[in-house]
Amino acid sequence: MTTTDLPGIPPEVDPDQPEPDEPREHGGRPAGEPRFDGRRGRWVGASIPRHEDPRLLTGCGRFIDDIALSGMLHAGFVRATVAHAAITELDLAATREVHGVVAAYDAADLALGDIVAVLDRPAEEFTPTAMPILARGKVRFVGEPLALVVARDPYAVEDGIEAARVSYDALDAVVSEETALAPGAPAVHDEAPDNVLLDVSMFDTPGVDEAFADAALTVDVTTRSGRQNALPLETRGVVASWDARDDQLLVQTCSQVPHQVRTMLARSLGIAERTVRVTVPDMGGGFGQKCVVGREEIAVAAAAQRLDRPVKWIEDRREALTAGFLAREQRYRTRAAFDADGRITALDVDVVCDMGAYSCYPFTAGIEPLMASAEMPSVYRVPAYRVRGRAITSNKAPTAPYRGVSRPQYVMAIERVMERAARELGLDPVEVRRRNVITEFPYTGVNGVTYDPGTYLESLDLAEATIRDEGWYEAREAGDRHLGIGFCCFSERTGYGSEAFAKRKMTVVPGFDLSEIRMDTTGSVVVTSGTMNHGQSHETTFAQIVADRLGLDVARVKLRQGDTERIAYGWGTFASRSVTIGGSAVALASERLGELLCRIAAHLLETRPDNVALDGDGGVVQLDDPARRLPFEDIADVAHLRSHLLPKDVEPALTATASFDVPGDGTFSNASHAVVVEVDPGTGEIRILRYVCVEDCGVVINPKVVDGQCRGGIAQGIAGALFEEVTYDGHGEPSAASFIDYLVPTATEIPDVSIQHLETPCAFTANGAKGAGEGGTIGAPAAVLNAVNDALRHTGVELDTTPIHPSTVLAALEGEL
Amino acid sequence: MRDPHLLALTVNDSEYEVVVEPRRTLADVLRHDLLLTGTHVGCEHGVCGACTVLLDEAPVRACLVFAVQAEGSSVRTVESLADHGELSDLQQAFSDHHGLQCGFCTPGFLMLAEGVLAEQPDASREEIREGLSANLCRCTGYQTIVDAVHATACARRESAS
Ligand code: FES
Ligand code: FES
Repeated sequence: MTTTDLPGIPPEVDPDQPEPDEPREHGGRPAGEPRFDGRRGRWVGASIPRHEDPRLLTGCGRFIDDIALSGMLHAGFVRATVAHAAITELDLAATREVHGVVAAYDAADLALGDIVAVLDRPAEEFTPTAMPILARGKVRFVGEPLALVVARDPYAVEDGIEAARVSYDALDAVVSEETALAPGAPAVHDEAPDNVLLDVSMFDTPGVDEAFADAALTVDVTTRSGRQNALPLETRGVVASWDARDDQLLVQTCSQVPHQVRTMLARSLGIAERTVRVTVPDMGGGFGQKCVVGREEIAVAAAAQRLDRPVKWIEDRREALTAGFLAREQRYRTRAAFDADGRITALDVDVVCDMGAYSCYPFTAGIEPLMASAEMPSVYRVPAYRVRGRAITSNKAPTAPYRGVSRPQYVMAIERVMERAARELGLDPVEVRRRNVITEFPYTGVNGVTYDPGTYLESLDLAEATIRDEGWYEAREAGDRHLGIGFCCFSERTGYGSEAFAKRKMTVVPGFDLSEIRMDTTGSVVVTSGTMNHGQSHETTFAQIVADRLGLDVARVKLRQGDTERIAYGWGTFASRSVTIGGSAVALASERLGELLCRIAAHLLETRPDNVALDGDGGVVQLDDPARRLPFEDIADVAHLRSHLLPKDVEPALTATASFDVPGDGTFSNASHAVVVEVDPGTGEIRILRYVCVEDCGVVINPKVVDGQCRGGIAQGIAGALFEEVTYDGHGEPSAASFIDYLVPTATEIPDVSIQHLETPCAFTANGAKGAGEGGTIGAPAAVLNAVNDALRHTGVELDTTPIHPSTVLAALEGEL
Repeated sequence: MRDPHLLALTVNDSEYEVVVEPRRTLADVLRHDLLLTGTHVGCEHGVCGACTVLLDEAPVRACLVFAVQAEGSSVRTVESLADHGELSDLQQAFSDHHGLQCGFCTPGFLMLAEGVLAEQPDASREEIREGLSANLCRCTGYQTIVDAVHATACARRESAS
């Protein structure tokens, strides 16, 4: 992909054309050169109403289960009922006899290629494992798909699944870090006899042992977070059909990463990628669970191809809770050395992430420990750092990178360290953070990462001042209630470009995104992006970016996403990348279209190209005679319907494309959270009385949308801190298969959140934005946990595990811990 | 089809006749037989509330009601709220307050809110929050949904007085 493929503009007049041997980045600027020019327009920064709202509010959204094709069949999966076993019999004869059942397939019937995600690391660091589309020979978690049943209606599918006969030879199940790493533990995968899929000691910088030897204080904290479900309210689903005319498998699916589904699907089915088209309709949330390729999507597509009939699969909630991709189960042992002033002098960390039964595509099981290892020093100046990160496999449902990806966990670990040090040193915990937080930017940390400017200290000060001014410290000191105040200060790398991902040694390296913009004969534009909206309001915010770049009313801009035929490639939506990377590509494509419009207008106005400019109101104006103006419609009319009037070196139609990738280490959003909780001495229940978030995500495209991302993220963080956990018994049987047992917080558990914005524009995204999708989720668990510990401070107990159960709080209050 | 039943239903003031198995849920009939796909299904076990519709003006979980149980009743779904493309006051308030992100829970919340406001027109913000706690939203953190419903309640009270 070139960065300057503006149609019709010869290289010599393209302002973005590189000097021949100048180092280049995607986005048409030399590496490291500031990209954001500080320009703002009429639309960026305004809380305009969302373009998505009218259809979603009137029931006219089109979600995956709303799609019905003529002749459509329905599919469901026979799933494992034991966690770890050899399959001794899988008999689908009775299933095939069930009234309404059309077909039933096992792994041998479909003969599909496995999903294998690989890191470019030596064997002692990473063990690749295969995830078969349907289990072969062995099952590795309760809920693993064994066979696919296709029937005329979903009720018959259920009957067919019930009729399947499966026998097992049970093996001991690996259900915890202890059982996985015990000597002689049963192996989940033969390839990994020790149940370790990744073991990387990413850093061991000079001076760690010396710092501990000289430390005035050493703290040693073991934090744990429970296994959680990202829990999009819409479960996963797919409708696959064969289109003979297009010679293509049309796979309509719920995915944050449509192109990755296309790539993996083509490989698994062994067909040319051209013969697969993936489209994504409206999506009811994803939060990471839908940013990996699901084996169900592939199995259903294969069935549609074989049967030459449309086939639909909609995951039910039980499947989603037990067999969907899970997340978050991690344990950190963090040792930190401090000097007498409370300054951290070294960090020594051991991270173990329980990734479940399989490695996910394209990220691999390494994503969580590698993220933690790379980013653990967080917002603090850490002079010496040692870390070992491991991904272990177990007989639990596999994991996907859920909103935040290890950051909620490592932030919780280091924020507990700060609190613990403060307590030991008799200092205020905010003061300890102040003494350690990075204040000068750009800052290159012990982890080799360069942090672009942010407001770490400012956000912390503001969060604390807010709580202080509201009198919460006095209320706590009054002592008549069990009040606690907790903080969390963190940053989050949002613009992960290909360079940053490549450092993780992924063999499939996400990073860039593309955009194409077209203007039609009425002067309206359609713009594409390889990102994939599923609640983040891209249709609105991207339109705001385009409208400002072109000087066009935002109502005349339509974003199209979620169709692999419309854009050559894309990396979808995850890791808060959409506005930073996708939004930059969209901005650059718009600029190029603007340049093209000006070029044609100058020709038509018979003036020099530098004597015209976009007028901010849907037209091009002649600078030395503003009465002479061409509305976009007129230019578009020429470009399409009277192309003989175009300048000789300009091609017909009005299109422009751009790509964007973030150079170097990327950009960091940051925030501080402050929480006030009250614990009930009678029941141990925890109530959040006040939640303050001070965030900095660079230029805010739409404040209401950013607020929404913060609040929603915080709600999920609170869910992890206080309520939700996927637990298993000793045999690997999941104990929460419905919403009765998996406790999702409601409007009465989630507090109102007050949000304050600071703004440090990102210098190297095209729009100054840094991304806001994950921050809330990252900060909340640490802030809530710290607040609960503060409420329990008189007991001397330190809780370091989430979710925090009322029974634990009660035991702490009653001196039983 | 086993044990087919001919069922007469009134949905959004229109009369329908459908043939259903007794085990077919009202949610499935609305979505897949009548093609009113605005009503969503998030759990099929009565907790998430995405399937909330009004049955004789009271909010119910359409996934827990067998279609045959709705015989002779009047059902209202999200499709009934807007008037020829013009959003209702409640829908407009959801947009104004950013009370939806992915929009999957939204139809259920709108119908629940209509039920809550009909039953408690004088509800305070906290009472509204309590009423809305019957449904789940994974995206918004609820605050803006409560804001939207509260704003609608206040506006309706004002215009009534
Ligand atoms: S689908 Fe009916 S309550 Fe969840
Ligand atoms: S807006 Fe997505 S679940 Fe509520």
